[in-house]
Amino acid sequence: MIPHPGTAPKETIVTRSAPALDLDAILDDENTRIVVCCGSGGVGKTTTAAALGLRAAERGRNVVVLTVDPARRLAQSMGLTSLDNTPRPINDIQGSGRLHAMMLDMKRTFDEIIEAHADPERAKQILGNPFYQSLSSSFSGTQEYMAMEKLGQLRRSGEWDLIIVDTPPSRSALDFLDAPERLGRFLDGRLIRILLAPAKAGGRSAFKLLNAGFGLVAGVLTKVLGAQVLKDIQTFVSALDALFGGFRQRAEQTYRLLQAPGTAFVVVAAPERDAMREASYFVDRLAEERMPLAGLVVNRVHRSPAPALSAARSTAAAEDLESRGEHELTAAVLRLHAGRMQLAAREHREQEHFTSAHPTVPISQVPAMSEDVHDLAGLRQIGELLGSR
Amino acid sequence: MRSRDTDWDGVRLHVVTGKGGTGKTTVAAALALALAAGGRKVLLVEVEGRQGIAQVFDLPPLPYEERKIAVAPGGGDVFALAIDPEEAMLDYLELFYGLKRMGKALTKIGVVDFATTIAPGMRDVLVTGKTSEAVRRRDRAGKRVYDAVVMDAPPTGRIARFLNVTHEVAGLARVGPVKAHADMVRGVLASPETAVHFVTLLEEMPVQETLDGLAELRAAKLPVGGIFVNMLRPTDPALRAPVDLSELILGLKAAGLADGTADASAFAEQLAQEVAEHASRTELELREQEALAGSGTKRYELPLLADGADLAGLYELAESIRSQGAA
Repeated sequence: MIPHPGTAPKETIVTRSAPALDLDAILDDENTRIVVCCGSGGVGKTTTAAALGLRAAERGRNVVVLTVDPARRLAQSMGLTSLDNTPRPINDIQGSGRLHAMMLDMKRTFDEIIEAHADPERAKQILGNPFYQSLSSSFSGTQEYMAMEKLGQLRRSGEWDLIIVDTPPSRSALDFLDAPERLGRFLDGRLIRILLAPAKAGGRSAFKLLNAGFGLVAGVLTKVLGAQVLKDIQTFVSALDALFGGFRQRAEQTYRLLQAPGTAFVVVAAPERDAMREASYFVDRLAEERMPLAGLVVNRVHRSPAPALSAARSTAAAEDLESRGEHELTAAVLRLHAGRMQLAAREHREQEHFTSAHPTVPISQVPAMSEDVHDLAGLRQIGELLGSR
Repeated sequence: MRSRDTDWDGVRLHVVTGKGGTGKTTVAAALALALAAGGRKVLLVEVEGRQGIAQVFDLPPLPYEERKIAVAPGGGDVFALAIDPEEAMLDYLELFYGLKRMGKALTKIGVVDFATTIAPGMRDVLVTGKTSEAVRRRDRAGKRVYDAVVMDAPPTGRIARFLNVTHEVAGLARVGPVKAHADMVRGVLASPETAVHFVTLLEEMPVQETLDGLAELRAAKLPVGGIFVNMLRPTDPALRAPVDLSELILGLKAAGLADGTADASAFAEQLAQEVAEHASRTELELREQEALAGSGTKRYELPLLADGADLAGLYELAESIRSQGAA
C-alpha cells in the first residue's frame, strides 16, 4: 500500500533548501525597470523572456521585450508574422498593461548609430567602407555591443516602464558584459593610434609613434592583412574616430544601468548537467561584476503525477507482473512510471548540486510541456507557472 | 590503414554541430572514440573556448596543446586540442612568416586582440585554419598524422557562416595573405574529405534548426554528413492513450500496489495521465522523425543515457555509433 498517492505534496521535487523565486513580486515592483534573461543555448531563454513580458503586461505594466533570437515561432506565438528592429505592439493582451516586442537587427542598429552621430558626408563614407560592412554584420562581438546599445536606447526613450531582454547565445556566456571593456581596451590601445597615425600625419603624437616603430608594425600588418585591408581599416577607424568617445560612454552607461537596483538578472537553465554548470558560472560571474541577481529559472523539469510510488518499487512490481505473465498493460505503465521517476531523481540531483554551491539563490521551476509554445495562451501558461510560487 | 566499411569512408574531418542543449559535444566526443576504435589516431578539437571536451571526459581544462585524453575500444588514441584564437594567431604568424617573437610584440600593442576579437571573420579563419592544418599534417614518411579529426563546432545557427570562411573574408580581403589562407581552409572544408554532421533531439525547435542548417550548408556548397538523433527515449507501442482504466486498476491490485478500490482508481488515474503525456510526446516525435526523413540525409539514433553522459555513457554511445556504421 502506498502512502496516499492522491495527497502527496505537489512540491516533492522542489530542491530542498533553495528559497523560492518570487517573479511576480519582481514584475509587479515599479522599481524594476530591466529584466535580463541569461543562460546557455537551448534552455528556453527566449520563451522565458517572452512569457515574463506577457505576464508583466497582463499585470498592468508597459513592457517591451527585446530578443536576439530570430526564431519565427516566437514571433508567431505572439501573433506577429515576424519581428524586426522596431518595437511592435502585441494585441489581445488581457488587462490594462501593454506589450511590445522587437528583435535586435545588429546591422540596422549600427547603421542608425552612425547616421545619428556623424554628418551625412562622413556617415556615407563609413557606411560604404568594406571593413565597416563586414564589421557590422559579422564581427563576433557586434551583436553584444548592439544589444547593449539597443537596451540603452530603449531605456533612455522613457516609453516603457519595463524592458525584458534575452541575451545573445554567445560563445562565452556573458560576452555582453565584457563588451564595454573590450571596446575600451581596443580604443585605448596603442593599435588604434597607430592605425590613426597616417591620417593625422603631421601631428606631433603621430610623429612620436612613427619613431616608436610605426613603420615596423605597419609593415607586419601589411604583410599579414594585405595593403588594401590595412587601408580600409585606417579609413574606417579615422572616419569613426569622432564617434568612438560617445560609443564607449554609452556602453559604460548601459553597464552601470545593469548594475543599478532597477535591474534584475534571471539566469535560465534546464535541469541537466551542462546547463546547470553554465548556470553556476553565470551566477558567479554576475556576483563578480556586482550585477543584481534575482534568481534561477529551471525550465523543463519532469514531474510525475504519482510521485509517491518510487522507481524501485514500480520496477519491482512490473517485474513481478511480468514473471507471472499477467497484466501486461499495467506492467508497461509501471515501467514507464519508473523511467519518469528516475529522470525526475536525476534532475533533482543536478539541482541539488547547484543549490549546495549557491544556497541563497532563489529558484523557480517550470514543468516540462509535451509541446512547444505556439500562441499567447501557451506563453500565458508558462508565465503562470513562472509566477506562481 | 585498412578501410572499414562505414558510411563516411574517406572523410578525414568530421564537423559536429547542433542546437544548444542537444548534446553536440558529447556526440563529437563519442564519434572521436568510435573513429579511433581498432588502433587509429583521432584528434578532437574544440573551437569556442568552453572547455566542453574536458568536462565530457571529466578532465581538468585543456591547454592549447594536442594531448592524449582517451584510449578507444580495441586500442586507438583520442587526442584533444582546445583551440585558442590568440594562440592560433601566433602559430599562424610563426608558421607562415616566421614571426614568433614579433607575435609577442603584436600581442602587447593589441594587434592580436584586434585580429581575434574585432576583425570580422578572422577568428573563424584562425580556428578553422588550425583545424585544417591538423587534417593535412603529415609525418616524415608522408603519412597523415591523424586518421581523422573531429571538430566540436559552433551551434547550428552559426555553422554555415562559420565554415563559409572565404565568403566571410571576401568583403574584407580580396587579395593578399589572409585571402590566400582562407582559400586554403576552404579547400579543406569544401572537399569530400569533410562531412558536417548535425546533432538534434526529436523536438520542434532543434529539428527546424537542423533543416535550416542543412539548407544553408547546401546553398554554401559545403559537404553535408549525417544527422544524429540524440537522447532518444524508448517508446512502448503497448502504451496508447487512453489507457483502459479498469484493467489498470485490476493490475495495480494484482501487483499489491493498492488495496482499496477507491485508492486503486485514484492511483490509476494519475498513472493514466502519465501515459497520456507519453503518448502525446511519442506522436510529436513521430512527426519530427518524418520531417527529418524528408531531408534525405542519413540518420543515426543515439539512446538517452539513464545516468547522463558520463564516461561510461560515452563509450556506450561510441559503440552505438559504430554499430550503425557511422564510424
